[in-house]
Amino acid sequence: MGALPMDPMQPRPFRIEKVRKELADTFTLELVPEEGGEFRFAAGQFNMLYVMGVGEVPISISGDPGDGARLIHTTRAVGAVTAAMGNLKVGEALGVRGPYGNPWPVEAAYGSDLVIMAGGVGLAPLRPAIYQALANRERFGKLVILYGARSPSEILYPKELEKWRGRFDTEVQVTVDRAAEHWSGNVGVVTKLVKRASFDPLHTVAFVCGPEIMMRYGVQTLTGAGIDPSNIFVSMERNMKCGVGFCGHCQWGTNFVCKDGPVFPFDQIADIFSIREL
Amino acid sequence: MSAMPGEKAVIDRERLNDLISILNRQGYTVIGPTMGEGAILYDVVTGIGDLPAGWGDEEEGGRYRPVRRSDQALFGYSKPAQGLKGHLHPARQRLFAAERAGNGFRVLKDEGKAPRYAFLGARACELAAMRVQDKVFDNGAYRDPHYFAKRDDAFIALVTCAQAGGTCFCASMNSGPDATEGFDLKLAELGSTFLIEAGSERGAAILAQLSPRPATDADRQAGVAQIAKARQQSRSMVEGVGPMMAARLEHPHWDEVAKRCMTCGNCTMVCPTCFCTTVEDVTDLAGNNAERWRKWDSCFSVDYSYIHGGAVRSQGAARYRQWITHKLSHWVSQFGVSGCVGCGRCITWCPVGIDITAEAKALGG
Repeated sequence: MGALPMDPMQPRPFRIEKVRKELADTFTLELVPEEGGEFRFAAGQFNMLYVMGVGEVPISISGDPGDGARLIHTTRAVGAVTAAMGNLKVGEALGVRGPYGNPWPVEAAYGSDLVIMAGGVGLAPLRPAIYQALANRERFGKLVILYGARSPSEILYPKELEKWRGRFDTEVQVTVDRAAEHWSGNVGVVTKLVKRASFDPLHTVAFVCGPEIMMRYGVQTLTGAGIDPSNIFVSMERNMKCGVGFCGHCQWGTNFVCKDGPVFPFDQIADIFSIREL
Repeated sequence: MSAMPGEKAVIDRERLNDLISILNRQGYTVIGPTMGEGAILYDVVTGIGDLPAGWGDEEEGGRYRPVRRSDQALFGYSKPAQGLKGHLHPARQRLFAAERAGNGFRVLKDEGKAPRYAFLGARACELAAMRVQDKVFDNGAYRDPHYFAKRDDAFIALVTCAQAGGTCFCASMNSGPDATEGFDLKLAELGSTFLIEAGSERGAAILAQLSPRPATDADRQAGVAQIAKARQQSRSMVEGVGPMMAARLEHPHWDEVAKRCMTCGNCTMVCPTCFCTTVEDVTDLAGNNAERWRKWDSCFSVDYSYIHGGAVRSQGAARYRQWITHKLSHWVSQFGVSGCVGCGRCITWCPVGIDITAEAKALGG
């Protein structure tokens, strides 16, 4: 017997083409498959990334879904595997399994206003949706990006945020929890930006990603502004060891976050969203 | 006689030796009940001499004792201490090995050959548990080749129960003590003979070699009476438990159970359907060779739900709730079947004797 057929637990080696430091603890890797070919994914999906001998972690894809040539992941070093990943250099290899999970329903939002609300590194899983929305800009009404970071030095993708803000067809608002001296922008939580943003709540789709507490208040504010819960989507994070529904770790109520999520329409999870320790 | 599927025949108990030999010749490793380590356990058997003749079991909440029977029954116990899960979904399974290659690494071809198992004496609840795990490991989107390499070809010689154990409640879960499909052979021990029927063509082909004689009405009636007796169980699962639990995710009873539950995870280890795993990465000292292993894990550990910043389920009450609501309620939404087959092992092996049927009743009350 040779290799087991179509083993979803076996990683494929990808070569690191580029490493970019984003923040003190956050970095972006650009990867290409060693075997060649393209990597296709949908905005909001994630991969299981394997550092040889160290371990494997679920990381959302943060590149452009329209560009299959390079696989892009922005990762915050928070544990042993992500720290080891941060030490990898150009030319070294990383194992990839995926893409997994349900995407942001970008196409389903065509014809509506689109509000994107992100907190901290929660902007990384939303960036593919922003790329896709901008590439199809004429298909949407208003495009609003609301972003909150803890401090000015923790703003992810600042140059891109500036670039998007510079477009006449996109509203970008950024806020920080704690301002530094040179900061002249908004101070406060990201939910405060909602009432200033311009969108038609009856025809708006919203994507929300950030810490769970931020998403809780974010959804509350968006529904309060009149957006229907079925048009609000959140991306959940849970412990994952497999990404394909075998390991059990990511269960949340009846859901496996890996395959039933990570992106959920809020109305489907509203009854469990606020249950503690579920 | 040539046995047709569903047709009942009778064989002498010594013919089990032939059954084992035939299976061995066909390349199967025969796994059956054995007496070992103070408990009846599934292990390799090469003849009826390996079977636990004359042994029964006494089971209650937090208590298991093998006991001598007054006869020499080969399958005179309710169920082995551990089910067959470990053979199809091992406690440790290597997922792959990798070796450093230049700046990167390559995943090595797995030359290992999966064992070909025949399960002699599998209970109806074990078979039900396998069929539950089949759905987990072939979930529509992904199929686990490690599990199915062993499961696809497994030969099942089921032995129905002659009596219920102290913690059994399969009758109320519709997963025993009898089974109507999914086996190759089904046997019932009647004194020094076995009532036997084939459930598959390969089962029928083997049965034909065991010198079967047609079952008499008396044989058949004895089989029916035996199942009816085994159906008499002191415990039962409360009706409508799935929707009831889904509606009581926030309920004071969770804190009450948590006062008793030690979150040791024994219940998940002995549960024949619990499938959760974690992974372990190992390397040699130079870091040139690495392996990734999958290991049984338990939702009762704090680490199980850890994401950066802390565990999602830090409280014991939340972890017990996860286990029992998954088993009895969420499983049905996920896989269309209950995750509980009523084997009762979680009751037997709970160090403080927490009884899943009693907790379900208390929650519903």
